[in-house]
Amino acid sequence: MTNNPTVHSILLVLVMAVVTYLLRAFPFLVFSGKKPTPKFVLYLGKVLPYAIIGMLVIYCVKDISFTTTSSWLAYLIAGAVVVLLHIWRRNTLLSIIAGTLSYMALVQFVF
Amino acid sequence: MKNKNDVKKAFVASLPVLAGYLALGFGFGVLLSTKGYGGIWALFMSITMFGGSSQYAAVEFLADGISLVSAALATLIINARHLFYGISLVDKYKGTGFKKFYMIHTLTDETYSLVCNDDAVKDVNNKHLYYFLVSLFDHIYWIMGCTLGAVFGSNVSFNSEGIDFVLTALFLTIFVEQWLTNKDHVPAVIGVGCAVLCTAIFKENMLIPTMILILIALTTLKFVRRDKYDE
Repeated sequence: MTNNPTVHSILLVLVMAVVTYLLRAFPFLVFSGKKPTPKFVLYLGKVLPYAIIGMLVIYCVKDISFTTTSSWLAYLIAGAVVVLLHIWRRNTLLSIIAGTLSYMALVQFVF
Repeated sequence: MKNKNDVKKAFVASLPVLAGYLALGFGFGVLLSTKGYGGIWALFMSITMFGGSSQYAAVEFLADGISLVSAALATLIINARHLFYGISLVDKYKGTGFKKFYMIHTLTDETYSLVCNDDAVKDVNNKHLYYFLVSLFDHIYWIMGCTLGAVFGSNVSFNSEGIDFVLTALFLTIFVEQWLTNKDHVPAVIGVGCAVLCTAIFKENMLIPTMILILIALTTLKFVRRDKYDE
């Protein structure tokens, strides 16, 4: 579109930013205004977070390699720390910090 | 005074994202600087784009100088899941005025998971302020991580291997919290099930098929269990 590489780079970033913004804004554009939100959308809005958080958990662990034991074992142990600690104490920050520190310790010193 | 308490609550809730974004953003900044784009570019990109996977992809796009149309299409695919995040927030964000434009801009996976965590806002006085601050804090952490990475990347030797687990831990904690507070586990099981299935088939491109499958499954669920979901 342009011959100047810097201008092209700036436009490239802006194009990507605008597309991202439009994706994020879409539901707000469609379902705002004076009309009440359709019942089906309210239903989706209520149940989607449970499904999406579940999806994001799997997305985070999808790259685990099962060919080497150390890779998935560290994930399994640290994941168990997060889940069990959270069931026990129900303290979000504590669960996350303890889980992350145990994962870092496992990959840096143990495996 | 009550609002001061909300600021503190929003900050504490966003702390896991602080750790995750500093680490992930730093990684992005380092990568970006290796392609000859310095701190000013990291700052520019993290402010305007604010997205993990799309910014990592953008590093390659910039280096290759791909066309604007290709970049737009790639972003559409990488960030397609965001199309559905707002559905849960249309009502929550009603009445936030101009702040809404910014809260839409900052709606990442992590911000979404924090503002959907209803358990965290039960004692919050001004919920709209809380949602806005969580969005703002997340954005600031990301801008800091990206820019610091691009500026200082090559001089830092702190062994941070494994710190990216913090975002896995964040999602996992919210998943467990939702599981414990909500009696209906079917939507959560649908999300995990669809994601596992799509990962097996589509590998790293699992996000879009998973979102489509989740929408089909949740729509089916509504019709199968009409009695339960029609209030």
